[in-house]
Amino acid sequence: MSRLPRSLSILLSAVIVLLAAYPFFGDVLFPNKHAFLMQKLTGIMIMAVMAMSLDLLVGVAGLVSMGHAAFFGLGGYMLAMLSPEYSAANLWVVLPAALVVVAIASAMVGYLSIRTSGIYFIMVTLAFGQMGFYFFNDSKVAGGSDGAYIMFKPAVEILGVSLLNLGDKRTLYYVGLGALVGVYLLLRLLLASPFGRVVSAIGVNENRVRGLGFDPVAYKLLAFTIGGTIAGLAGFLAAIQYGFVNPATLSWHHSGEALVMVILGGMGTLFGPAIGAFVFELAKMGFESVTEHWLLPMGMMIIGIVLLLPKGVGGLLLQLFSGRSKMEGGQ
Amino acid sequence: MDIWFFLIQVLNGIQYGLLLFLVASGLTLIFGIMGIINLAHGSFYMLGAYLTFWLLQSVDSLLLAIVLALPISAVVGYLIEALLVRVLYRRDHLDQVLLTYGLILIFNEAQRMLWGGDIHGVKVPAALNWSIPLTDSLSYPVYRIAISAVCAALAVGMYFVIQRTRFGMWIRAGASNRDMVAALGINVKLLFGAVFALGAVLAALSGAIAAPISSIGPGMGDTVLIICFVVVVIGGVGSIKGAFLGALLIGLADTFGKVLAPDFASFSVYAVMAVVLLLKPRGLFA
Repeated sequence: MSRLPRSLSILLSAVIVLLAAYPFFGDVLFPNKHAFLMQKLTGIMIMAVMAMSLDLLVGVAGLVSMGHAAFFGLGGYMLAMLSPEYSAANLWVVLPAALVVVAIASAMVGYLSIRTSGIYFIMVTLAFGQMGFYFFNDSKVAGGSDGAYIMFKPAVEILGVSLLNLGDKRTLYYVGLGALVGVYLLLRLLLASPFGRVVSAIGVNENRVRGLGFDPVAYKLLAFTIGGTIAGLAGFLAAIQYGFVNPATLSWHHSGEALVMVILGGMGTLFGPAIGAFVFELAKMGFESVTEHWLLPMGMMIIGIVLLLPKGVGGLLLQLFSGRSKMEGGQ
Repeated sequence: MDIWFFLIQVLNGIQYGLLLFLVASGLTLIFGIMGIINLAHGSFYMLGAYLTFWLLQSVDSLLLAIVLALPISAVVGYLIEALLVRVLYRRDHLDQVLLTYGLILIFNEAQRMLWGGDIHGVKVPAALNWSIPLTDSLSYPVYRIAISAVCAALAVGMYFVIQRTRFGMWIRAGASNRDMVAALGINVKLLFGAVFALGAVLAALSGAIAAPISSIGPGMGDTVLIICFVVVVIGGVGSIKGAFLGALLIGLADTFGKVLAPDFASFSVYAVMAVVLLLKPRGLFA
């Protein structure tokens, strides 16, 4: 992936600064809805992490997964299952444990799925995702179809000193923002590395990559595992935020929504899918506040974006900003 | 397991499979010929069921309601193809996925605005509302046999149309080389519009004839859509024969899954699909 145009980088950084400052001016702008909006934004930033992790598969490696939510849901379920009933779990134990389990699960699903390609890959990942959904829905593990509560937020302590109180809404907001920025930078670094370059090349032309002597299967498997694990992190954070997990977090509806965020935002641009998550969730919130029939304008908006912006919102931004810098260069 | 009980489950599985075939055939036809992944296909199934329910409030006969519902579905299908899908033929598959995802939202909301969120039912017509006795305590409803007969007849009819008629020849030619068919003077736009409308009609018809034995409610299209994708992919995308066998396989797997391991019935369908694709990564008949 090439570097972003400088003006676009500045714009995106400005948005992040704005998000970072939001808890301090939010109650001036929206006196009645501030707490609600801050929670909403926390949820959206977590979904943006999920969308970026899916973009690594869909937009970069060319692996269109319809089962990505299974890893998101599994991350949340791991927190629910590892948390003691009457006291707080230790984050330094449960987070790594959850991520290792999700990583193993995504490596297994990835190993079996990447033998197929194209629409067959979409459907195999869908099948595995649905199997995960029905596993938690139909069995007695962690409350079955009712889901499970996480009564106590995990404790973040070093030598008995509490570092963060995850029960505090503002703290959690910054954890979400930190995850958004951290995962974005991590994925940019990854894509700039030799490994990332091979994965991007596979997304463009797998046969040529094979011709150059690389084994695409190993690269795709690692990319799939990394993407799945990051989705697990997002699910873990979401479970902390809502204090609740249910099978719907694994279902294909959720995978589909994440995919819509990726395509809406612009595949393969990383920042695009994050924007896609904001557009999707904020539009949903806006339409919901205007009409109970919010699906109608939502559907129309999605169709409008497909027809008018073939490369999504991110593609439009790239075009706008690189166009301007080119003109400046020519003058 | 009692032999009659077993036989009834086999009949149920085949009936469900044949119905699935009817829905899935439209999906695989549209993908195989036009290269369009149509997520809104389940919405046509829902449309057929709701139109039948709605028309039955003004007409007495189920048959008449179905006959009236089909042209409406055809028009809706044709308009969607002509106004929206046509723009996307040369675009990436994922753009079509996103567009038809948007359509699902619109269909679901339109359904809620027109008919509300309640669950509805349709009565089995009196002429078919009886059962064939098998033993003292077991019998098999005639309406289910009628569904199987209609689906089987349509499967044969579809095979005949595609393999033996001029229209079928155009369709097959259009699938392999669209530009060449256009160069030979055939109106490909109209042809593809007709195929899309035909797919919509097949889905709507399935929803309509299934209405008396299933409930009509919000979200019914989404469930059917996912199962149909499973069927289409098991059979090999674009293959009608594959869709037929895939549908029977899934119909039987689902029925017997529900009988043998009720807790994991839904799981079994996806497990079958995973196994098939791991052994044959491009489906049974691609």
